[in-house]
Amino acid sequence: MTHRYFPHTEADIQEMLARCGMKALDELYSDVPEELKLKRPYQLPEEKSEKEVRDFFDALGRKNRTLTCFAGAGYYDHYAPAVIPSLLSRSEFLTAYTPYQPEISQGTLQYIFEYQSMMTQLTGLDVSNASMYDGTTATAEAMLMTVAAARKRNRVLVSATLNPDVRYVVMTYAHYHGVKVDTIAEDNGVTDLKDLEAKLAEGDVAGVILAQPNFYGIVEDFTGVADMIHKAKALMVINAVAADLAVLRTPGEWGADIACGDAQSLGMPLCYGGPYLGYMCTTKALIRKMPGRIVGATTDAEGRRVFVLTLQAREQHIRRDKATSNICSNQGLMALYATIYMGLMGNAGLRDVANQGYAGAHWLAKELEATGKMKLTFPDRPFLNEMVMTTSFPAKALIDEAIEHGILAGVRIADDRLLIAVTEMQTRAQLEKYVEIVKSLKA
Amino acid sequence: MNREYYGKLVFELSRPGRRGYKLPSNHLEGNVEQLPKDLLRQEAPELPEVDELTLVRHYTNMSNNNFGVDTGFYPLGSCTMKYNPKINDEMATLRSMAGLHPKQPVATTQGALEAYYILQRSLSEIGGMAEFTLNPYAGAQGELTGLMVIRAYHESRGDSKRVKVIVPDSAHGTNPASAAVAGLKVVEVKSLPDGTVDVEALRPLLDDTVAAVMMTNPNTVGIFEYNIPEIAKIVHEAGALMYYDGANLNPMLGKARPGDMGFDVMHINLHKTFSTPHGGGGPGAGPVGVRAGLEKFLPNPRVVRQDDGSYKLVYDKDSLGQVSCFLGNFAVELRALSYILSLGAEGLMLAGSLATLNANYIKEALRDLYLLPIDRVCKHEFVFDGLIDKSTGVTTLNIAKRLLDHGFHAPTIYFPLLFHESLMIEPTETESRETLDEFIAVMRDIAREAKDTPEIVKEAPHNTPIRKPDDTQAALNPVVTYKDLKA
Repeated sequence: MTHRYFPHTEADIQEMLARCGMKALDELYSDVPEELKLKRPYQLPEEKSEKEVRDFFDALGRKNRTLTCFAGAGYYDHYAPAVIPSLLSRSEFLTAYTPYQPEISQGTLQYIFEYQSMMTQLTGLDVSNASMYDGTTATAEAMLMTVAAARKRNRVLVSATLNPDVRYVVMTYAHYHGVKVDTIAEDNGVTDLKDLEAKLAEGDVAGVILAQPNFYGIVEDFTGVADMIHKAKALMVINAVAADLAVLRTPGEWGADIACGDAQSLGMPLCYGGPYLGYMCTTKALIRKMPGRIVGATTDAEGRRVFVLTLQAREQHIRRDKATSNICSNQGLMALYATIYMGLMGNAGLRDVANQGYAGAHWLAKELEATGKMKLTFPDRPFLNEMVMTTSFPAKALIDEAIEHGILAGVRIADDRLLIAVTEMQTRAQLEKYVEIVKSLKA
Repeated sequence: MNREYYGKLVFELSRPGRRGYKLPSNHLEGNVEQLPKDLLRQEAPELPEVDELTLVRHYTNMSNNNFGVDTGFYPLGSCTMKYNPKINDEMATLRSMAGLHPKQPVATTQGALEAYYILQRSLSEIGGMAEFTLNPYAGAQGELTGLMVIRAYHESRGDSKRVKVIVPDSAHGTNPASAAVAGLKVVEVKSLPDGTVDVEALRPLLDDTVAAVMMTNPNTVGIFEYNIPEIAKIVHEAGALMYYDGANLNPMLGKARPGDMGFDVMHINLHKTFSTPHGGGGPGAGPVGVRAGLEKFLPNPRVVRQDDGSYKLVYDKDSLGQVSCFLGNFAVELRALSYILSLGAEGLMLAGSLATLNANYIKEALRDLYLLPIDRVCKHEFVFDGLIDKSTGVTTLNIAKRLLDHGFHAPTIYFPLLFHESLMIEPTETESRETLDEFIAVMRDIAREAKDTPEIVKEAPHNTPIRKPDDTQAALNPVVTYKDLKA
């Protein structure tokens, strides 16, 4: 038999086997004990044509509903210019391996260098790695990094206002790595700084992980926090929504040692959870403690500026069990995605996106409060484009009703609380529709 | 192509006042300046300002300095660089899938959950396992997750002494690194001269402090671990579990299943065996499979099919916890599903044999010039220990770089660590005999050059977009951003 992905003709197979001194393909497996061999075909469907594959996925797609998205919770619906998928589909990028051969990988290496440059601009820190899987794992890696940097101290404090998915992944990694995680209490929607101070005073703290904006969409005020953490000789980690750093005070400006999180907000499709893009930036002083790949500039034998993977002595393929992390890959193509997005948008574009989200979210919050049926849960707290609202009806009722109108109203975080995000993607008419739906619900 | 003109960084193409976007507008008043000033950036980020064509040309020209599977042949050992079918990319970017938010109610995502479930079941059939999670983002994270499953299993039995994991000395560097992250201590077991694990060396290492033995099969020298039934037996008798690193699963397609070999937990690199593109480093996917009885330890959430045919998400209290934000790299999973459907049962059954045939064909054609330290039938890959004639001073690195001049990617070099001049070759099943013949001819030419004109090989590459970079300078004085470059 043949298949469109296999070039072997019957004659090829016979002649190639003959060169190996064999007559049948089975002889290639003469060293596999008989009792281990699979003696039946896979119980899987028959080969499908492209048309049939398309029909199959179209049928699956019809069982989904894509909705106007007011859900956020760390993952935001933003517009991505057509340029991005077009350039990403260039197979020289798409089908390339890790750039271990710099002579034929300058495309990959150069975009990673550009990516690192842009991420350090966003976060206000000195250095960036070449990216990680997603925001949850990047934060778990940051947790491990603080423990490795602290040597003997083995406790990490995590704010209760950090996205629960991020917190769960951090706790999983910590549990198996033998790191103690304590949660810093929440005070009316933000990190309780008194509790932070008390927990730092208990000692043994390697790192403190905070969120910006936090899970509730609130922009937290970290004035004085870096000093408090550094006095305890711990490292300050801020998990931030990447796109928001174009306008918010940066982790660098707050005095953080590590910035990490998800960069999905840089125009990436929601894609039911992935692929997204984890990022991590830190200070020059900590560069050798940072996990993941790093690309550096150098010159080639003819004196030209070129790019290479550098500081590899930190990594698993050299250091094995002494490596800073077990991570082998980065999120290659998604780093290219973010780079092209930031390249197209520039500072002005990212600001426009933030402003539209701000204006839309604040308008919606005001209109929803005016219905008398919903109110801001944390009315005194500043927010950017996402807020928690308390409902006078079950939050589920609003979610269910809105779906009938093609709208995903937000993420339910309690029976009477909804986390709602607004970006440049929702039209004025859709925002108004949202308000109408709420008006129609019984309090 | 004028490299001087097109070799700039995107920052160097920036001109104040240019823009490459236009946003939709909701025509609402208000902007971030209304937030307290202390919460806002003090200094604007320095990002480029470019128009659309400038940017498109920039990245298009950059891509021309790259090599991919579509460009040419990758004989890259342990990386399974097979063809990435185009239909898979299209199926992964359908709006009906890519437009779903992870937090939307499952009633509106039944198609996506069904896709996840079908792939999970397909991998279980191929791996001989009871159930798979697709949540881990990459092979390395799959290993870590698999080891966490094993630790959760031992913990559930109140067995806290098991803190060691045994790996062969031929293992990928990721294995010991993953073990360390999972809080396990690594113990190496020696290989025999034929490249397989020394059962007699393993036996005394097995006691009640061992959590697992981690192996690839075939191993990293491409040899099938024929003692695997005996190894599984003694490992299980010692109360430890068997972990299968799926990095080398490809040649076993249609031939033997890890579950039937006695493995309890395994991961699969979808970007290897199931053909999802490597993307210059990612995104990948590292599904983890377990034998019956271990399902409840898999990471949350799990996708479960209900009696009425609908799908739901389950968060199990016995689970090891969460390792990803949701269901893993979903778009990568869709590509793998599309590939499995395209190959069908028969295509999958054949893939392993053809990959193995291609590897043996190259091995037999070059063994008179390149040193073959392990002379057995190989599986998907094999290792040469450099040239037979060591008098020329030509190293494995030189050979690898000379291959670049001929339009081939380099093999994996200096790995495994068992030999000084390892040159590890894996052709995959999607390469034609003509391509292999061409590669063989070039490898033979290089061996001849090594004797006649060694300088040409030692100074390679000559025809690549750039010449040899200065790695020492890069490491001594790290320049890792555009800002560093300007400083």
